[in-house]
Amino acid sequence: MSDILLSVENLEAWYGDAKVLHGLSFELKQGEVLALIGSNGAGKSTLFKSICGLLQKKTGRIAFKNEVITTLVANAIVAKGIALVPEGRKLFPSLSVEENLILGGNVGRKGPWSLQSIYNLFPILKEKRNAPSTSLSGGQQQMVAIGRGLMSNPDLILLDELSLGLAPIVIKDIYDMLPKIIGNGLTAILVEQDVTRALASSQQFLCIQEGRISLEGAPHAFTKDQISAAYFGM
Amino acid sequence: MIWVNIIIQGILVGGLYALFAAGLSLIFGVMRLVNIAHGDFIVAAAFLAWVVVQATGLNPLLSLIIVVPLAMAFGYALQKWILNSTLGKDILPPLLVTFGLSVILQNGLLEVFTADSRKLNAGVIETASFPVLPGVAIGYLPLLQFIVAVAVIWGLQYLFYNTALGRAFRATSDDSETALLMGLDQRKVYAWAMALCMGVVAIAGVFLGVRSNFDPFMGPGRLIFGFEAVIIGGLGNLWGTLIGGVILGVSQAIGAQINPGWQVLAGHLVFLLVLAVRPKGLFPRIDG
Repeated sequence: MSDILLSVENLEAWYGDAKVLHGLSFELKQGEVLALIGSNGAGKSTLFKSICGLLQKKTGRIAFKNEVITTLVANAIVAKGIALVPEGRKLFPSLSVEENLILGGNVGRKGPWSLQSIYNLFPILKEKRNAPSTSLSGGQQQMVAIGRGLMSNPDLILLDELSLGLAPIVIKDIYDMLPKIIGNGLTAILVEQDVTRALASSQQFLCIQEGRISLEGAPHAFTKDQISAAYFGM
Repeated sequence: MIWVNIIIQGILVGGLYALFAAGLSLIFGVMRLVNIAHGDFIVAAAFLAWVVVQATGLNPLLSLIIVVPLAMAFGYALQKWILNSTLGKDILPPLLVTFGLSVILQNGLLEVFTADSRKLNAGVIETASFPVLPGVAIGYLPLLQFIVAVAVIWGLQYLFYNTALGRAFRATSDDSETALLMGLDQRKVYAWAMALCMGVVAIAGVFLGVRSNFDPFMGPGRLIFGFEAVIIGGLGNLWGTLIGGVILGVSQAIGAQINPGWQVLAGHLVFLLVLAVRPKGLFPRIDG
């Protein structure tokens, strides 16, 4: 059991009075990459927000490294080792590129990632380190967002829609970097609109439909038709 | 030469207005909170200094060593236990709560200190001056007040752009939810901002008390001067706030020279003029 990093049991979550997640349960092993797929509004981002503590109205049990974190708030959860790279990047506009990265390391967790290793991974960010984060291109901003997430030296990184609003060539560049990002044993959950890309980058997947798991397993264990049926609910 | 003198005195008084305004600007910048009780806190700080001076016999300017830390601790606690719970998407609750605090402070001070006006006595520095031109002399106290204002603004500016706390202020102000993902608890960040604000308020209060008489009902007037300096200079720009204070000070000095009754009115008119011509102030913050 010790290689289970994250375990979610019967998770239900609400936005106001609207119930968005209806009893999700799954486990994630150390070092695994899980693709989370599902149509818009299926509950993928809600699941991320529930795990990292941004969403408080929830029931069930979330355990990370055998410790229950269901009721912890986001600033405590990041210190435990879960980082979220949010949808739409959410960089701080009044901070420079380097300040955004430094803030990512604010919780002071030790590990392989530092400013220097982020700059080695994305050399362009070193060149632009004093520029306001909003002056960068979309792809470069995504690099800052990923770098900022890595700076907390997480054990689990949640990547939400890395390709959102980016040109196909830039998306390819980002995904080419993915093995370097999660290569050294980092566990990751990947939310992506591009299902083919998400499945190609992961060992396991979870398809969510209207807040329930409609299919799960290894990507190669299912046909394309089975997966699209689970995705669209047909 | 008389006008040179008036403008110089106006500039120096502007330093005091910038001190009134700096805390206001800081709090609005970090948490979008408009503190209606800001002026009353300045007056309360002057009374606190008066108590400290009475108890210790210190010079009021030296009493800052005690008054500033006390005010900062009070600011931290005020934010943590009262104001944090009012902050949210709706801007009305903090406005109402600080309005309530203003009423409580005024009446609390009246109850404890009566309506008598008081003054902090800083000794010879209050009247000492040195000549710079024929007919133009600069007082040591107004000069010190101006230097302190510049130092405070510089210090806040440095803190904002060169320290981890400043980074936390800016990040939380940009997006408090994402800041939470960086491990920044906005309630603590806001409490530190209010502590800092009250430190500046304490300095402003002592200079106010040394410069003129004060009584429990002076707060709202100081709040208006602070507001005007912030708006003239442009929201979220601390150097702009200093210039806003100076413009207000000079306008009032010129108004007073034309007709003693026009002193405050002239300041208000210049404020309205700036608001009409440049609604975002003269030096608004440049985003992105």
